[in-house]
Formats: sequence, structure tokens, C-alpha cells
Amino acid sequence: MATKKVFVAGFGGQGVLLIGQMLAYAAMYEGKEATWMPSYGPEMRGGTANCTVCISDKPIASPLVTSCDVLVAMNGPSLDKFEDMLVPGGHLFVNASVINYKARRTDVNVHYVDCTHIAEQEVGNGKTANMVMLGAIIRASGVVSLEIMDKVLAKTMTGKKEKLIPANKTALSAWKE
Amino acid sequence: MAEKKLMKGNEAFAAAAINAGCRYYFGYPITPQSEVPEYMSRELKKAGGAFIQAESELGAINMAYGAAAAGGRVLITSSSPGIALMQESIGLLCSVELPVVIINVMRGGPGIGSIQPGQADYNQVTRGGSNGDYHTIVLAPNSIQEAIDMIGKAFDLADEYRNPVIIAADGMLGQMMEPVLMPEAKAAPTEDEIPMVKPYALTGHKNKRDRHAINSVWLKQELLENYINEYWPKYEKAERELQDWESRDLAGAEVVFVAYGSTSRIAMEAMEILTNEGIKVGLIRPKTLWPFPNNAFKEIDFNTTKHIISVELSQGQMIYDVKLAVECKLPVSLINRVGGMLLDPQEIVDRTKKIMEVK
Repeated sequence: MATKKVFVAGFGGQGVLLIGQMLAYAAMYEGKEATWMPSYGPEMRGGTANCTVCISDKPIASPLVTSCDVLVAMNGPSLDKFEDMLVPGGHLFVNASVINYKARRTDVNVHYVDCTHIAEQEVGNGKTANMVMLGAIIRASGVVSLEIMDKVLAKTMTGKKEKLIPANKTALSAWKE
Repeated sequence: MAEKKLMKGNEAFAAAAINAGCRYYFGYPITPQSEVPEYMSRELKKAGGAFIQAESELGAINMAYGAAAAGGRVLITSSSPGIALMQESIGLLCSVELPVVIINVMRGGPGIGSIQPGQADYNQVTRGGSNGDYHTIVLAPNSIQEAIDMIGKAFDLADEYRNPVIIAADGMLGQMMEPVLMPEAKAAPTEDEIPMVKPYALTGHKNKRDRHAINSVWLKQELLENYINEYWPKYEKAERELQDWESRDLAGAEVVFVAYGSTSRIAMEAMEILTNEGIKVGLIRPKTLWPFPNNAFKEIDFNTTKHIISVELSQGQMIYDVKLAVECKLPVSLINRVGGMLLDPQEIVDRTKKIMEVK
């Protein structure tokens, strides 16, 4: 597999960095190479947050991206700012709970994911909206497999977080195309 | 068998140090390395070590001086302006031959600068900002795994050479996450073992041996000259034995990049693009910045190579070492960004082509 580049962007507090980290964990447990690189700066809750994940079968040179195969826009400003980074034929995930307009690009696969609504209705926990989005990313783009997420959840949600695993599992498979 | 873990650079640096037997860490927060003191404050005590958040960078490096004098394995970390504040004591550590490992997670400078990744401390780490004749060994990893391995090696080199060893990392390596394997943990020497492994250490004479003193001042200049001449051969040995680098595709290369740290990874991606376009390009990646790997440049095929390009995040600092190593056989060009701005692969490709046209 050639290097797949994923770019996740949104507001701080939406779980943007965690979506990226979970993808990197999944790739690692699938035996692939992975890098996760956050934007960092004088950030705060409600400010902008984004991260880049590269997944490959061979060692990854640059962890930075100027174009990506998968773009996840958790808010409007991120969609406007980063839409052009996506390669033709790539996957664009739009957080339809926050963004109430359509993407400009017509040469990409656009998925509108009403993740907060799905999280509230299907999981019963609005906080899992980012995991609903992650499930959509995994199933529609195939950058990692959904099956490996059981291991990712078991490895990353330990101690006090262990009780959150069932809700997160439900969230990961809640979205339907 | 050990399993790979996904770790953030800064946390991996701290974990690697504890793993290498480091039991003393003195820190002061500064972006982009604050996860190191955060991790140490949580984990070092569990390993039987001591963490102190110092009142300043100056406090931290001088606490390190004390702990190293007592025979401990000591880590200090900071970022560019913080390392600048420590310069006096780095020279002091060299003057009394004390081992400390220092990680500089470089950011944009000069001055307080920016908090984004930079490499403009090249002169600071390889030349040093303290007075007198001294060197620090400088290692430059380009991945988190390599940083882990180099930190283990740095503690051994610091002890072997009785000298500070600097790891030149940057904000990108500090902030990113990669899967890593931690090597097997080393035990720290016990209090009873320290006098054996570090006979110079100030461990208390208990009226059983002569008193030790670790002292930087020499009022008789003849004695100071003798002292310097006595320890100086270790630096010559380092220059002979420690040069380390990675080279790629030098045979038949028309262009050779010289790049270190995270910039080398961006250069590698640019190499792929250029190779696909039919341009033969090679790479020398210094893994030691001091001693600079002059020997690497003997691998260059001067029949085919017409352009040597130093790729760095500074206004051209490493380029002087590259020029010395090239010995005027070819002109050396620069591709750079500064202030915390990063190069992207396509920019390197475009600027390389421009350099090839001009000459």
C-alpha cells in the first residue's frame, strides 16, 4: 500500500487529535508504519486544532502533508480552508452536525456525517461524536480495518476509561452510508 | 517479546532516559518540550529517581551539575532560548568533565522566537556559547525510534567521555507520535556502585579516602594548560571515532542533499519526487553534528555530482561544516526556511531545479 495521508481538522475540544491518534494506533496494530503530527501553538478549547496521520507499509519520510487522501472537516472553517488539499478521488468527511452547507469539490467522495445527532440517538452519548466520525472514516475510506479497533480500544482505554469501551464500540459502527 | 507502542516524541525521550538508567531530571517548562518534565514528574519517582522543577533554566542546569558531580545519570531538556540560558554551565560542565545528557527540542529563533520547529541552534549546539576550549558531542535523530536509541547511547558516551552530550531534536520530533520499541531497561548504579564506576564522584570520603574536589578555577595558568592538554585528546578521539551518518544513493548522483533531523525526512520525500522525474539525487544525513561526519563526504562521486545542497531550517549554519567537508571541490548551495517555518518536499524539489539551472 502506498502511503495514505489523513488530515483531521476542527475546533479544539471536538476530539480531532484523538481521531488521528486512534487511526495511528490502528495502523500500528495492523503492523504498518504510522506517524501522527498535531498542529501545536498557543491553542485553547474552541480554537483551531488539526492533525496529520500517515499510514504506510514502508517507513514514512515526511510526517507533514501538503495534500491528503482523506480529509475530515469537523467544522466549517476547516472545510473552507483545507478542502483543496484533498487529492481527486479522495474521501471528504463533513461533520454535518456543525456544517450546514455542501462541499465545493465534485471530484471527491463526500460523506456527510451527522455525528453528534447519531451519537446522541444511537449511542446515547453526544460525547462519542468523534468516534462516530472515526467509524465513518474507517468504513468508507478503508485506511484501517474496523476489526482492529477492538484491540485499539482495549489497549488505549484502560483503568477508569475501560467502562467507556462498549459505548465507543457502538459509536464506531453507528454511522450508515 | 516487547510490543511496539505509539509514543509522542517528548514522552519517548523521557522514557528512553529512564530506561537508560537516568534517575535525575531537572526541568523548566518551555514549548515544544514541556511533555518531558510532565512525564518525568509522573514517572521518574516510580523508577526511584528524583524530579525537580527548577526555578529557571539556570537553576536546572546547575542542579544537573550537582547531581552529575555526585555520580548520577542526569538528563536536562529544554528548547532553544532555554538552552541559550544554560550555555555558561555547559562550558562549566566541560571544564570539570562531568557527564550530563541535554536534549534541545529546537524551535524558531533568535531570541524568544517562535514555538514551531527550527534548526537554527546548529551553531549553538555544535560550537557552544560558553567560554574557553571545549566541545559537546551532538547527536541528531530523525525519528522517535532513533531518538530513543540515541538517548541510550548518549548516556554511555557522556560517561565514557565525561562530557555533556547534546541531542539536537526539534519541535516536530518532540510533538509527533510514531510506533516505537523501547530497548531493554538498564539498572541505575546503586550508591555503593557509584564510587566504583565513577571514581571522581563526590560521594563522601567518610575518612576512608582522600577528599575529592570538582573545581573549575585554576589560579596557576601552567596547571590549567596542563589540565586542558590532558583532557583534550578525548575530543580528538571523538572526532576520529564518533562520526556517524546515513548515506543514500550517492553512487551516480548528480545532486547530493545534506540534511539532518526532521528536515532530512522532508528531503527524503523530495528525493522520491526528483528520482521519479529522472534526476539522480543522493543524501548525506549527519547523525552526529559534532563531530561532523567529514568522512561521509568521501563517499560522494565527484565525477557525477555537480551540486551539493545543504537543506536546513536556518539561514545557513550547517552549510559551513558542509563546505569544510567538501574542501572546495564543488560549490555548496542552501535550501532553507527559518523562524519556525518548515520546508515542504515540493519546495525542495522546485528550489533544487532552480539551483541546477543556474550553474
